[in-house]
Amino acid sequence: MKLEEEVVRRQRDRAKIMAWLLGGFVVLLFFITIAKTGINW
Amino acid sequence: MVTTNPAALPADWRDILALTKPRVMSLVVFTGLCGMLAAPALPPLALGFTAILCIALGAGACGALNQWYEADIDAKMRRTAKRPLPAGRMDRQSALHFGVGLGAFSVLLMGLATNWLAAVLLAASILFYVLVYTVWLKPRTPQNIVIGGAAGAFPPLIGWVAATGSIAPLPLLLFAIIFLWTPPHFWALSLFVRSDYAAAGIPMLPVVAGVRSTRRQIFLYSLPMAAAAIAPWQFELTGPLYGVAAIILSLAFLLLAARVFANGATEPRQMEPEKHLFGFSVFYLFALFAALVADRWIA
Repeated sequence: MKLEEEVVRRQRDRAKIMAWLLGGFVVLLFFITIAKTGINW
Repeated sequence: MVTTNPAALPADWRDILALTKPRVMSLVVFTGLCGMLAAPALPPLALGFTAILCIALGAGACGALNQWYEADIDAKMRRTAKRPLPAGRMDRQSALHFGVGLGAFSVLLMGLATNWLAAVLLAASILFYVLVYTVWLKPRTPQNIVIGGAAGAFPPLIGWVAATGSIAPLPLLLFAIIFLWTPPHFWALSLFVRSDYAAAGIPMLPVVAGVRSTRRQIFLYSLPMAAAAIAPWQFELTGPLYGVAAIILSLAFLLLAARVFANGATEPRQMEPEKHLFGFSVFYLFALFAALVADRWIA
């Protein structure tokens, strides 16, 4: 039981971090695109 | 408490982070950032940030692949035995996949966001560190850190090229500074942990040539390092602010290297001069590169 809890905890932690990283990457790609296309705000 | 083999569990995110050697990464990121900030033209903020991120990810990939390849050696050394792989908290294949994936991602992103010369240099630095240093030189020759030091010398060059798209004399001198700084830095460390290296069968200079010879080599390598550090000012590639900082820092480095040379101790607990030099060498590089940026932006 404790092992299963630990597995779930680790999977959940990793999933959360992966979600934040992917979200950050999308935002980064947006700003890279803006910078590469030379759009001035 | 979990009572089963930890490697059978999905790796904890802290262990994945530890695989990237964050402390080494901080120095790499800093020198890369300074290389970029010393360039005559800066890229847009998003592209500059991405370039530094790619340098950090490339360094992380090097750390992961190094730990994947050296898991058996790390297990024999006190300093590294608690790392995720030798401690059994992670399986080797995951580390390999993570390292290769991170390295490929960093190179691709660098090429797409900045320019492909920077991406090629980043790829070359990762391959050099993993294949030439870790796999080929480190287990074979006491000159491992002399040649292998080139891998850690790439970041300021990459930072500069990411900003400008071309190579110039100043970033090549920055490359030379880190290249020549690496042997005294690592040999100072390897003097007081040499029993670890001997136990792991790694032919570091103190293990193969002895402590006296290593101390002499530390001092001798510090001389061209100091010359390289002052060279950007002598060649008028930087201003006097950097020149003064480089002279003061290099004199302090040479003084500490001379104390190491004069030390006759063979027991690690009596190696205070070596520990001082090792600690100062990290500060030296940070301060030298900070002075470079300050000279470019303030002076």
